[in-house]
Amino acid sequence: MAKPKLALYWAASCGGCEIAVLDVQEKILDVANAFDIVFWPVAMDFKYADVRKMEDKSIDLCLFNGSIRNSENAEIAHLLRAKSKALVAFGSCALEGGIPGLANLTTKQEILEFVYRGSPSTVVTDGGVFPQQHTKVPEGEIEIPEMWETVKSLDQVVEVDYYIPGCPPVPNQIWGVIEYILSGKPLPPKGSVIGAGVKTCCDECKRERKEKKLKQFFRPYEIETKPSECLLDQGIVCMGPATRDGCGALCPAANMPCRGCYGLPPNVMDQGAKMVSALSSVIDAHEPAEIERILDQISDPMGTFYRFSLAHSILRRVEKS
Amino acid sequence: MAFEPKIIGFLCNWCSYTGADLAGVSRIKSAPNVRVIRTMCSGRVDPSFILKAFQIGADGVIVMGCHLGDCHYQEGNYKTIRRIPFLKRLVKGFGIDPRRLRLEWVSASEGDRFARIVNEFTEEIRSLGPLKLQVHTELRKTIHEPVEVV
Repeated sequence: MAKPKLALYWAASCGGCEIAVLDVQEKILDVANAFDIVFWPVAMDFKYADVRKMEDKSIDLCLFNGSIRNSENAEIAHLLRAKSKALVAFGSCALEGGIPGLANLTTKQEILEFVYRGSPSTVVTDGGVFPQQHTKVPEGEIEIPEMWETVKSLDQVVEVDYYIPGCPPVPNQIWGVIEYILSGKPLPPKGSVIGAGVKTCCDECKRERKEKKLKQFFRPYEIETKPSECLLDQGIVCMGPATRDGCGALCPAANMPCRGCYGLPPNVMDQGAKMVSALSSVIDAHEPAEIERILDQISDPMGTFYRFSLAHSILRRVEKS
Repeated sequence: MAFEPKIIGFLCNWCSYTGADLAGVSRIKSAPNVRVIRTMCSGRVDPSFILKAFQIGADGVIVMGCHLGDCHYQEGNYKTIRRIPFLKRLVKGFGIDPRRLRLEWVSASEGDRFARIVNEFTEEIRSLGPLKLQVHTELRKTIHEPVEVV
């Protein structure tokens, strides 16, 4: 019997998801043995043309990481959707926009202004030319993909069969998913989040939780935290209550608050809204002025609560006129 | 056609909803722009309900509950008094004028107060104009959400 075909692709992402796949260590050899890898731009030499020649639905499993940030990302998302039986949004960026999704806090124009003119390390030449989609050169016209105003998650562009959260997904979860697929057991229903839990990060966290009554918030560098007590109890804004479990609560174990990369827990629509809800319940103040004073201590709520999920949140982007 | 604000009102069952009812049975005239959703407590109003209201086309959202100290559940409205100012910061972060979100206390006997607040808020939203979000158009086209976990 022919081996099942596997494709891996990166759209707008950092490459960490690719490293996470390799982090299954020597088991990567089992992956290579079990699957026929037909497309993996970061590791093997395939061209888009090779994929276009494939028959529709000929790829059995496609692990797609990265958000959809430009016309090339979208084109390949549509291409791989057509060629794949199971398309998996792999990692935070594909699942919910991820770090690139923070670009939705601003506009394309502002980003270009900063990168090509405003940043302290930019040496402006020729009046600060922005990348042009079409450029005439002696050999003819060259074209680059169009950068989008709004970053999107994979499922805002094409239909997605499964979701594997994480920035990046932890290796034991990736291996768990691969092992499950290789076992030949019936696949979970379409739209399932796989390789993760059904509770929140707090459920996996080893730190001891008490009743929360917060009068002050700190940033991690401002205090020395007690190693065995809940970070939120100590006034550190930890995303644990609004984040899915599955990672093993790695960050709190290393004295850092959860950053929220495993995305929405089941039945939650918006990570930021859920954090507002959770923190409002534990702030110990009844007077409006006191409440405002405490809220002032939470630095950058947009960037903290929506660090990974802005593009997939209820409102999806900041409105700028 | 002139702009008519669409406003979602989350009213607590014990005070504000009854207050709205009193306004009705007392035949007090008030703007018809508020679509009332009854919740058991203003503390039951999850911030995601409010963001969702803006996402699907509300121009303004008003949350009404019992006066402080009068909560049927002792301190549900104390959660609200922290939650709404907090959410206003987020709403502002999304580029939406925080005046589009308001918290008011209306008791069961304050039908006149309910009508006055509704009229005031409707006029305020009318002066702010319609809320046009990008999510209303382009971003809502094809969304396939995760369904369940295995």
